[in-house]
Amino acid sequence: MNEIYLIIGMALVTILIRYPMFALAGQVEFPPFLARALRYVPPAVLTAIIVPAVLMPHGTNIELSYTNAYLIGALVAAGVGWFSQNLLLTIVVGMAAFFGWQLLLGTLN
Amino acid sequence: MTKTTIKSEFIAGVKDTTPLIIGAIPFGIIFGSLAMNSGLSFWGALAMSAFVFAGSSQFIAITLLAAGTSWPMIVLTTFVVNLRHLLYATTLVPYVKHLSQSWKIPLAFWLTDEAFAVAINRYYQPDNSPYKHWYFLGSAIFMYLNWQFCTLLGLTLGQMIPNLATWGLDFAMPVTFIGMVMPYLKNKPMWATVIVAGGVALLTFTLPHKLGLMLAAFAGIGAGMLTETIEQQ
Repeated sequence: MNEIYLIIGMALVTILIRYPMFALAGQVEFPPFLARALRYVPPAVLTAIIVPAVLMPHGTNIELSYTNAYLIGALVAAGVGWFSQNLLLTIVVGMAAFFGWQLLLGTLN
Repeated sequence: MTKTTIKSEFIAGVKDTTPLIIGAIPFGIIFGSLAMNSGLSFWGALAMSAFVFAGSSQFIAITLLAAGTSWPMIVLTTFVVNLRHLLYATTLVPYVKHLSQSWKIPLAFWLTDEAFAVAINRYYQPDNSPYKHWYFLGSAIFMYLNWQFCTLLGLTLGQMIPNLATWGLDFAMPVTFIGMVMPYLKNKPMWATVIVAGGVALLTFTLPHKLGLMLAAFAGIGAGMLTETIEQQ
């Protein structure tokens, strides 16, 4: 079985992405524009993960419909997050909305 | 401002990671329950969580494995999917540069979406606590232990629950990330970032090896920078 190669390969590429910048930290000075750009990293990356996961939950086409419980749950979560600024509440209410909507649609078998 | 200690920072890091742990639990359990059906062995699944420790790439790996993809292609996809961690590491450079390599290596190994988001929020706070890396460590260790535990749960208990993967527990990740993004939406450049990143992610979703994720991230960062520049004029 090739799973040993797979795991070693995945572990190596992952640490080789995560570590080098830390290793060199202190020896390189960032130009100011880069420091400015990096402030946009968290929302940019997270949104790039969220949007396809929510709008294309089956990975094939955009499901812009009330039958898409991922979309409904995400909209509820965004609303709760916006007004409460509370992460735990956002997750709990978002998940509840998602499952509630699925139940309502009768798709939870 | 109350005085921070190593212990208070570590505990605060653990505490502030708790909501993200709740989001990660279903995700880890599904990973464990799907891993063996995809062709990984029991120990292979545990080893992947222990040594790779990158949730979304582990998911993509078992999905590709189940589809009969060769291991070098899966490693290549892992590389592209995890490239975002290079952005995270770069963002953290100013805050970890004073640490020894014996700190940097474990913190880098434990650098996930969640640990990054929690740690960078702490580093952005204006107080000059000298122990913020202990906060980062507390967050990282909690995420790591939880991931190992949930993988094991999925491998054992998850096997007994039929169709666990079809319940939609995978919604836990996007909903957690939504909660993490909302506090950033305080000005026009940040809005431009999320709108463009989201739009480009949709348009590029079909690109191979999840390349679209990086394109979308860069487009979003560019849109934020551009909006910021226009606003200043």
